[in-house]
Amino acid sequence: MSDKVLAKVREAFGAGAIDQDAAGRTRLAPDSTDGVAQALGLANGQDWRVRIEGRGSWMPPDAPADLVISTAGLDRIVTVAPGDLMATVQAGTAFGTVNHRLVEQGVWLAWDPPGQPQRSIGSVVATGSAGPLRHRFGPIRDHLLGCTLVTGDGRVVKPGGKVVKNVAGYDLTRLMAGGFGAFGIITELHLRLRAMPEADCTFVAIAPREVLSAAARDLVEAAIEASAMELFSPALAAAAEWVLALRLTGIEAGVIDEAQRAQALTEFVWRELSPDQASALWNGAAHAALTGSVTFRLGVLPVGIDETIDLLAEHVDAGLISAGAGSGSIRWTGDATLAQLQAIRRAAAGREIPLTLERAPWPLRQAFGHFGAYREGVGNLVGRLRDTFDPGHILQVPLDA
Amino acid sequence: MSRDGLADALGRIVGPKWVRFRAAELIPFRADGLPTHEATPRVAVLPGSRDEVIEIVRLLAREGVPFVARGAGTGLSGGALAESHAVLLVLTRLNHIKRIDARNRRAVVEPGVVNAKLSEAAASYGLYYAPDPSSQSACTLGGNIAENAGGPHCLKYGVTTNHVVELEIVRADGSVTRLGSPQGEAWGPDLVALFVGSEGMFGIATEITLRLEPIPLETRTLLAAFDSVRAASEAVSKIIASGIVPAALEMMDGPCVRAVEDSIYAAGYPRDAAAVLLVDLDGRPVAVAAEAVAVNRILEDHRATEIRRAATPAERARLWQGRKKAFGAMGRLTRDLIVQDAVVPRSTLPDVIDRIYEIGRRYQVMIVNVFHAGDGNLHPNLCYDRSDHALTERVFAASREIIQVCVAAGGSISGEHGIGTDKLEFMPLIFDQTTLDLMCDVRGVFDPDGRANPGKVVPVRACREWRAGGVR
Repeated sequence: MSDKVLAKVREAFGAGAIDQDAAGRTRLAPDSTDGVAQALGLANGQDWRVRIEGRGSWMPPDAPADLVISTAGLDRIVTVAPGDLMATVQAGTAFGTVNHRLVEQGVWLAWDPPGQPQRSIGSVVATGSAGPLRHRFGPIRDHLLGCTLVTGDGRVVKPGGKVVKNVAGYDLTRLMAGGFGAFGIITELHLRLRAMPEADCTFVAIAPREVLSAAARDLVEAAIEASAMELFSPALAAAAEWVLALRLTGIEAGVIDEAQRAQALTEFVWRELSPDQASALWNGAAHAALTGSVTFRLGVLPVGIDETIDLLAEHVDAGLISAGAGSGSIRWTGDATLAQLQAIRRAAAGREIPLTLERAPWPLRQAFGHFGAYREGVGNLVGRLRDTFDPGHILQVPLDA
Repeated sequence: MSRDGLADALGRIVGPKWVRFRAAELIPFRADGLPTHEATPRVAVLPGSRDEVIEIVRLLAREGVPFVARGAGTGLSGGALAESHAVLLVLTRLNHIKRIDARNRRAVVEPGVVNAKLSEAAASYGLYYAPDPSSQSACTLGGNIAENAGGPHCLKYGVTTNHVVELEIVRADGSVTRLGSPQGEAWGPDLVALFVGSEGMFGIATEITLRLEPIPLETRTLLAAFDSVRAASEAVSKIIASGIVPAALEMMDGPCVRAVEDSIYAAGYPRDAAAVLLVDLDGRPVAVAAEAVAVNRILEDHRATEIRRAATPAERARLWQGRKKAFGAMGRLTRDLIVQDAVVPRSTLPDVIDRIYEIGRRYQVMIVNVFHAGDGNLHPNLCYDRSDHALTERVFAASREIIQVCVAAGGSISGEHGIGTDKLEFMPLIFDQTTLDLMCDVRGVFDPDGRANPGKVVPVRACREWRAGGVR
């Protein structure tokens, strides 16, 4: 099969456009949406299984496929419009590169997804992986204004737009956030930016978990205006005990006032981090998600966080955990067997908590699914959506088990 | 099934007094807030519970009858109009707030709950529901979900879609599905995000879980007057670029200011201003005070001719009443009004507004502007009298040209009112045929027979028309 694929792809794209992945599979990295469309059109016509890759820093590149399509060639920042708080970026661009360019112009993308800065923007969107900043700035979908998507059979569609408010047509862009590529390859994104805040301060407290989570509840109750309020496990924060990290952004006088208020509301002493220490903490936490072979997230109501962490300790371990004390999102990283994952998903589902597998080796992804079983009626809708976007079922994305 | 037979069958589900089918009874359901379109449904039915909604939808599925869900009928795009073959499901009796979970800041509501009622009910917990369409004292949350409604305070807090975490929906075939979760994480791809804003074409939301926000400790309202719309627009851009996110940042142009001041909603706006900005800053007092200093400086730098701070809650309410009732105030100027809804990149605001005035002059149409300046969401109001056919034609032409100008500036044809029946013809201006076709197909996933709110947004029928004839 692979020789045949290679010959066909070489014929269509030229030898220079092709390389091979570690397993010797033919890989294409088109540098345009049309190139992606042509590649998917060809694959669909030939009934080849396709694996989508970004920059190779997040999901293991191990899904069996006849053809690999990488977005690494789509790495241009097309426009940055600071006055409109909007940027158009090709999907293969590294997240860190984008934010670096934005910050120079006084704006930023208020994301801090797990993984490394070289992770592609498209990968962050496809997995819908928000980090601690989701506390104020919401899930990944809330940062998307529009996109260009190539469907499994090579159609180019452009839902959404470039403006912050837009209700024209069905919101297919938001469906892409957390779709794991099952609906096609995102090639370009219109992103919603924020102006850089005047002050950006991080405070940490180190204490037993019960003390910190109780304090976090008090802070939420008192409506502390934080951008992030994240509880890190000792292993994740490389600390002796659990760490509660509070990120305050905004006008300086307001940040100072909120910091004083947070101190008054809690019995332990907060330590303010220097800018370098703060970025080391947040980047370190994002990077820690790559330490184990499996990463998943749980959607928990804020009051259920403690109980859910106990559940993790019982079924997997309490190793690398990052929990949004106000948002209720919990991210776990480590090594886990299929049986352990199934047990934790069952236990979570019994508590109405969805578990999304964000990253794992292919055998686990395939057997467990990014989402596993659906609620009644949802599986049917998702299946028919996949039929609509990828009628040949060529995209190798295991949404369900 | 005959109309009488259908009315009987519906009456057996909801009780005969909740079924309307005589011509006189249907008059209130002929239009929504859009003055230019009317349609009379075959029957209107007012279910009193979720179970009745499901039973009605299942009956209509068996009979192959199309249906349209309607809340309070305040929509501005003709989205809740039902043609003579369709049944109108009026959901205003499903008005129970089922639960408020204060600790997790969630509310579970029925679709007919009036937007403002939720904030009233949440107030005792120190919480409120942020999206605030101008019609919030009447419009329903189910309608807000269908249209992905916005409002002045969405600048800081986001629109409807940012606040919906879980939905129970009944699809056109009568099947019931729960989407999303109380926390907001999806069980699978994000179908809540897909459903919100689908204008009733994917089914009916029968239970809605929403995110609430803590009531800010302080809200400060500033009014600034300017000699030109351009200067006011530039001040808006500067405020946004400063990193301060006002809770609301609204603009009224001179004609709007004078219309308000001449009405019973007179708010004390400076009558001679070419533009007035209303800026709401909210949060903790210290932050609000610091932000107010910064905003004041920006307003001064942009040559505001007057800057005023609402000193009391009553004064604040008065300044806002003028803005919220501006549409009502315009009723004095004109018999009929088209409220256009379009979005442009903020940086293009001054040029686009100039173009809108130029279009008004060329078509000899009076245009009054009141809009969400902070997010570039324009609402030009075109004044006319529908009995004057020549003027009405000019108004339609001017309205169409305004949309074209906004699209050419990189904007969208609707920021918060929806496509409905009103803007079908403009969809090809911003979406190519492949994208429209895919939207039709996605609608087919939820409703293969196309019976839920037929003829709106991107219906299969219209897709074929587009394919055949293109757009005017």
